[in-house]
Formats: sequence, C-alpha cells, structure tokens
Amino acid sequence: MADTAADTTIALDRPKRRQCRGDPDHPDVTAYVIDLADGRRTLHLMIEGIHCGGCVAKIERAAKALPGMVDARVNMTTRRLTATWDGAPSVGNDLVASLGEIGFGAVPYDPERLQQSDSQDERSLLRALAVAGFAAANVMLLSVAIWAGHAQGMAEATRTLLHWFSALIALPALVYAGRPFYHSAWSALRHGRTNMDVPITLGVVLAAAISLHETIVGGPHAYFDSAITLLFFLLIGRYLDRRARRLARAAAERLLALGAQSVTVLMGGETRTVPAEQVAPGMTVLVAAGERVGVDGTVENGLSELDTSLITGETLPRPVKAGDRVFAGTVNLGAPLRLTADAVGDDTLLSEIVRLMEAAEQGKARFVGIADRISRLYAPVVHLLALGTFLGWWLIIGLAWQPALLIAISVLIVTCPCALGLAVPVVQVIATSRLMKRSILVKSSSALERAANIDTVVFDKTGTLTLGRPSLIDGDTADPTALRLAASLAQSSRHPLARALVRAAPTAEPFDGVEEVSGQGLRRETADGEIRMGSRRFCGVAEDDGDVGMELWLSRPGQAPIRFAFEDQVRSDAAHVVATLKAQGIAVELISGDRTAAVGPVAREAGIEQWQAAATPADKVARLNALTGAGRRVMMVGDGLNDAPALAAATVSLSPTSASDIAQTAADFVFQGEALTPVLTVRQTADRSARLVTQNFALAFGYNVITVPIAVAGFVTPLIAAIAMSLSSIVVVMNALRLSRR
Amino acid sequence: MEQLVILIPIALVLGLVGLVAFLWSLKSGQYDDLEGAANRILFDDDEDDPDPPKKR
Repeated sequence: MADTAADTTIALDRPKRRQCRGDPDHPDVTAYVIDLADGRRTLHLMIEGIHCGGCVAKIERAAKALPGMVDARVNMTTRRLTATWDGAPSVGNDLVASLGEIGFGAVPYDPERLQQSDSQDERSLLRALAVAGFAAANVMLLSVAIWAGHAQGMAEATRTLLHWFSALIALPALVYAGRPFYHSAWSALRHGRTNMDVPITLGVVLAAAISLHETIVGGPHAYFDSAITLLFFLLIGRYLDRRARRLARAAAERLLALGAQSVTVLMGGETRTVPAEQVAPGMTVLVAAGERVGVDGTVENGLSELDTSLITGETLPRPVKAGDRVFAGTVNLGAPLRLTADAVGDDTLLSEIVRLMEAAEQGKARFVGIADRISRLYAPVVHLLALGTFLGWWLIIGLAWQPALLIAISVLIVTCPCALGLAVPVVQVIATSRLMKRSILVKSSSALERAANIDTVVFDKTGTLTLGRPSLIDGDTADPTALRLAASLAQSSRHPLARALVRAAPTAEPFDGVEEVSGQGLRRETADGEIRMGSRRFCGVAEDDGDVGMELWLSRPGQAPIRFAFEDQVRSDAAHVVATLKAQGIAVELISGDRTAAVGPVAREAGIEQWQAAATPADKVARLNALTGAGRRVMMVGDGLNDAPALAAATVSLSPTSASDIAQTAADFVFQGEALTPVLTVRQTADRSARLVTQNFALAFGYNVITVPIAVAGFVTPLIAAIAMSLSSIVVVMNALRLSRR
Repeated sequence: MEQLVILIPIALVLGLVGLVAFLWSLKSGQYDDLEGAANRILFDDDEDDPDPPKKR
C-alpha cells in the first residue's frame, strides 16, 4: 500500500469494477474467512435468490469451478452456502463475485454469532420425541392385547406379564422423554408460579407411580399407555413450537447478518477491512463512493453527499463536509470520505433511537400469549378438581383412600392438556410457513397472535407507501434528445435523481470526461462549450423561493435550460391496499418525517385522509402510544431508522426488506417485493389463525367437558383415557391443517 | 403363552433397531436440509464425472 498517499489525502478510490448500475460493488468478505486447522479456509455465506434445486446446482457448480475449491455445499432450507478451499483468503471475494455474476447475492456471516444452542435444543426435543414415539407404539401394541384379553377373559397372570413389559418400556422412556416438562414445571414451582407443565408432570408421574403399583399387586388399572402417548403428543406440540420460534429467530438473524458489513479502517498507514463491531472510537474510517457508512462518526476531510433516506425519511441526499456528523446506515453518494469513529455516546442519534425503542418495547414484553393466559387459569382449576374428587370420594362417599386416589389421578390424566398443548403451535407453524411462501418473514413467535384483530394501520411515507426513490415525471413528453443527453451525463453519478434519469432513458451511452461537483451537479466540456446538469444555481437559473419539489436543470451552450421534475413514486398497489383496509373497517393513517408539501400529495394519491407531516421519531411514538392508549390495536408499517421506535411501540409492525437494519430488527414481519399487499396477507392470515386457535381451544375444552364428569364419577378405564387423549389431539391437528388449504 | 416371552423381546429389539437408526440419522445431519435433499436427486451431473454428457 502506498501509505503516504493514503495518509495525507483521501485517496481511497477503489478501482471501479463496473459502473454502478444498481448493483453496488461487492464488499470485501475476507474478514469473515475462517482458517481451518488443516490449512484450508472456509467461508459461510447467506445466499439471496435461491428458488429451486436448479439454483443450488448452479451455485455449487460456480463455486467448485474456482481454483482450489475443495467443497461447496448449499443448504437449501436455510439458504446458506459453506465453501472450503485451499488458498488465499481472497478466493472468498472471487466466490462472491462469481455468484454475483450468475445472479445470486451473497452475504458473509459468522456462524459463531448465530445461536447454536437453539438448534441443539430442537434436536434434543426431536430425540425425546423419537424415544417417546417408539415407546408409545410398543406400549400401545401390548395395551391392545390387554384390552382384547379383557373381552376374551385373559388370565390375570398374562395381563400382569404384559403390564410388566409395558412398565419396562414405558418407565425409562417417561424418565428420558419427559425431562423438558419436568424441568419447566420444577423451575415454575420453585419461583412460586404454576404453568401448563405442572399438571402434565403431576399427571405423568402419578400415572406412572400408580400403574407400577397396580402392576406389582396384579391389578387392572395400569395407565402406562396413556402416560407415554400423552408425552408423545405434547412433545410434538413442543417441537413444533420450538421450530416456529427457530424459524422466526433465523429470519431475524438473517437480517442482522445482512446488516453486518465490513468497514475499511486506516491503521498505521495501512488500510484494513474489519467487521463494523470491531471499530473502536477514534479510529479513522474510510468510506469509498457508493459505500454504506458503517459507523457513526465525524467527517475528517472530504466533501460529499449522503443518502440519509433510511434515517430521516428524506428522499434527497444531504451534503456533508469536514466537521459534520454522519450516521451508520447512510450511503455515500459522492466522493470518498474520511471519518473519525465516535464513541457510541448517549447523545448519538442511534442510541437516542435505541432508547426510544427499548422504552416502547417494554409495552410489548407485557403481551401474554393466549396459551399462557389459558394455562394460568387452567392449571389451578385442574388441580382443585382432582383434589376435590379425591376428598369427595374419600370423605363424603366413604371410599378407601387408595381407590379414591386412583380416581383422582384418572381425572388428572384425562384433563392433561394434550390438545391444549397442540392448539397454538400447530396453527403457528402452518401460518408461518404459509407466509414464508409469500416472501413474508415472521420474526417473533407472538407476532401472529398480535397481528390478529387490528383496527388501525399506520403507514410511513418514504420507502413504505412510496418506493423511496425518485422517478421522472412526464418522461414521455420530455424532449427525447435532451433526456438522452441528460441520462448520458447522469450515468456518471450516484445521486438518486441522476439514477432516476438513467432509469428513464436506460439506453443512453455514458460519456467520458464528466466531472461531478459535489452538492451541485455534473459538468462536461465539449467543443461548443460546457454542458451542465444540476441545481438551479449551478445551471444559472434564477432562484425560486416557493417549494419547487425535486428537480434537475440541464443547461447546454446556446439553448435555454431545461427542467426535469421528479417525484417519489407511490407503490403501485398502495391505493388498492388502503381502500381494501378501509372497506374492512380499519382506520388508516400516515405519519411521515418529510415536509408537508411532500406528504400531502402522497396521502391524497393513496387515499389517506388522516396524515401528519414533519414528525420526529418521538412524535411518531407519541402518536402510536396515544392510539394504543385509547385501546386501539395498531399495525405500523415503516422502514426508516426514524420509524424504529414507532415500530416497536405498535401492537404489531411490518417493514419492507429495503428498510434500514434497525427498522427490520424492530419489526415483527419483514416483507419482500415492491407491492404493499403483504399488509393484507398478514392481516388475513393472522385473523384466520386466531380463529383456528380459538376453535382448537373450544375443541379441547369440549373434550374435557365430556370426559371430566366420566373421570370424576370414577368410570375411566385405561382404554377410555387412551382413546380420548389421542382423539382430541388428532381433531385439533386436523382443524389446524385447514389453514394450509387455499 | 411361553411364546410371548420370546416374541415380545424380538419385537422390542426390532423396534429398538429402528429407533437407533433414526437417532443415528439425526446425529449425522440427514435432517438438516430436507428441501435440498429432495432436489439433489434431480441434478444431472455426477460429482465424480469430470465431463458430464452434453444434452441433445
């Protein structure tokens, strides 16, 4: 590295790989390459855009074509690629580049930072499920023989022998497969609480104990089959629940990792690429043109423009010079910048927003899922019922205490909330995968429940109702030669308005010798004179005090300047979505941080009457708190950093994938694509899931209404308990599966 | 009834073999990527075939 040059000037002009036609330069991924013990290197990448097996084959073939590549395998479920090679770390950059060439975006991630414990938990649950399933099947086989023998007069000795076999299979399985429930019940009891696992544990342990006792004395009441099938069904519910949570977490992690980026720092005269979180305050950070700023900092030198749309919601870039503060998440559009990284002090914008978000999230933490609310009521009722049954039979009717206890235990077994344990997770898993197929990521496990029955939707403007990028108004009526000329000039700039011109005339050839004057415009010397394109003043047009909106002027030698006007285009289906929501009786609002003149037309176009402009992040939170305080259930749709606190304050929130990282972290759902219809899809799916969950609880309770009196009256035999338990679980699962149709 | 003493253990051992096989497949990562495995069988090029036959 030529350190003198790098030290004294901001000469971080990376070799331009390609003109910036929408796709940014590939970042340096070498910071994420891991050295293996055998001298090989490995890199983990998240791949965007895998749709089918063909994509997997294409990616693996492209990766294996690189020199030294030993192994490259795509996991299609998690959309991750693990590549191992012999050679320099820079092969990683080649890999990302060659994947980019065949149309797949790749983002490196550090597998250490992803939560491993969760998938291990899931595996141990699956192991417990396998053991319980094996034991349940075999015990059931023996039980069928016992029930058949009951009708055909099986000898008592044979029955006891079969009971002993059942005990031999069931008892170790109960000890092994029941551990998740025993742990949870024990920790709840120790903290003086009770949860759904307490009656489960009590039922299973008592059933096993009484069955063992019956087996020893040669009696008929052995409930091994009920105890183990109960565990089996409950483990299915627990496994599905964990799986839904992991999928939600994986979605969140993917977004976090996508936000992780490398930062170029200057250390001892050498430039080095490090992950953003390793940057210490006071370090010198270089930001190339077109690169996203990775840290908060102060500009040391350089003159450029930053795209701050993700932070402030403004479409137009903001000029920066030495001494200005810049924030992580903004994009450097003009010339290279040199920054000093700041301490993440309490006065930074980011920490202010994080504080607002944390305060808002406390409200959300108080949310209690329907399953927990029900179990809070259910567990004490069941325990009292069993106790009452025991006391009633023993003291009032005068039965001996052993048979009275047996009846009380049969009440516990019959009421064990097997169907209750399945009611929510089955629906959630199906709903989540349904949404994922429609490119909507569910990020928190309670999100679906919260999204049900909302009555107010609040939209942000820039990037949410609109696409967040300007487009040329009346491109068809503009003078075609002038437009072509303007677009040719614009090819050399990253300014959003220039990009909009290029999109309007995509065939325009780029010019050589175009010079960008930061914050003002572009100019090019020709034989006839200078062509200029940029602001009013830059092109020598008189200033206008009124609100002129977004515009560019083009001045050519000997001709009158021409004006190009731009607007931030509203998403094509915004009006339709708003109209549909209103037709469903939902209040729709728009709150934006942008100027009144910019917000009004968008609100009119989308058909929203209730709108507020120039709102600060705190204003947005205040409005949402006012709404939720009035008992409204609010869905917030937003994308900017300034929306993040409001997203956290809402009952439930959505964010497009184009949103800032922090907004995506705060949101419960993240949707892809240019359409707004996911808002409707989420609402509809959540409402239907809520209905199905209610039905499932009704089914589970209906089953208890029938079986509990039978149990209290002392008529429950092991056969009735086993049939009732399996039947109710199957009915609940079948009901949930209705969601996957259509 | 004596047959039971032989038959039930045999049935149990067979069941256990299945259980162990499942636990082994779980441990060796065969359930990590169900979607990919379903598609991989359709890939045309053999991994040890350096020059896959051209399609007509």
